[in-house]
Amino acid sequence: MDVGSGNSIAFWILGSGAAISALGVVLVRDIFRAALLLVATFLFVAGLFITLSADFLAVVQILIYGGGISILIVFAILLTRDVQQGNPSGKLMRPAMGLAALLLATFVTAIVNTDWKISGSEPLGSTTAAIADLIVNVYVLAFIIVGVLLLAVMIGAIVIAKGKDED
Amino acid sequence: MAGLEHYLVLSAIIFSIGLAGALAKRNIITVLMSVELMFNASNLAFIAFTRFVTPQVLTGHAFAMFVITVAAAEVALALAIVIALFRNKETVDVTNVDATKG
Repeated sequence: MDVGSGNSIAFWILGSGAAISALGVVLVRDIFRAALLLVATFLFVAGLFITLSADFLAVVQILIYGGGISILIVFAILLTRDVQQGNPSGKLMRPAMGLAALLLATFVTAIVNTDWKISGSEPLGSTTAAIADLIVNVYVLAFIIVGVLLLAVMIGAIVIAKGKDED
Repeated sequence: MAGLEHYLVLSAIIFSIGLAGALAKRNIITVLMSVELMFNASNLAFIAFTRFVTPQVLTGHAFAMFVITVAAAEVALALAIVIALFRNKETVDVTNVDATKG
C-alpha cells in the first residue's frame, strides 16, 4: 500500500467522522454531549491536517481547540447550570437548514466546476520554519496586531466576567 | 488519492452544518460551538488549498494560524459575555435576550 492510498483511506475515515460529529453538535439534545462531539470534530480535523502535511497546525489545533477552547466551553456549560434545559432548536430550524443546504449546493457546484490549478510539487517535510518565516517577516504587522488583540480580549474578558459587585 | 475537491466539499459540509446551527439553535453556547465549526471548516479549506495549489509557500498556514488566534480570542470574550448574561438574566436562551430590541 503506497502513501497515496493510505492517505485516501485516512481522509475517508477522518472526513466522515468529522462530518458526522459536526452534525451531532447541532442535532444532539444534551448540550454536554454536543460539547464532547465538538471536541471530537476538532480532533478529526486535526487528523485531516496531518493528511494534508500540516504537522505544526495539527498540533496547534489539538492544543488550542482540543485543549483550550473545549475546556472553556465545558466550563461555560457548567457555570451556566443550564444542562437541564438542553440543546433546543428555535423556530427557525427548517429555514436555517434550507439556507444551509442551498449554500452547500452552491459551494459544491462551484467546487466541482472550477478548474483548480493543482501543483504537482511535493509538500515541505516540516512546515514550522516556513510558517515562522512568514509570520515574523511577511505578516509581522498582523502578528503584532493579534498580540494587542489578545491582550485587549484578556482584559475585556476579566472585566466582563467579574461583574459589578466584586470590585 | 483524495484530491483538493474532496477536502473542499468536506469543508463546505462542515461550514453548512455550522451555519444551520448558528442560525437556528436557541442555546447561546451551541451558537458559539457552531461558529467554531465554521472557523474549523475555513481552516480546513485554507490548508487544503496550501497543500494542493502552493505546497512550497505556506501562506494558507499563516492565515490559519491567525484564524485560530482570533477564534480563541472570540471564544474567551463570548464566554465571558455568556457568564455575565447568565448572572444578569438567568438564561442562556438567545430568544430571551432582546434588551436592545427597538
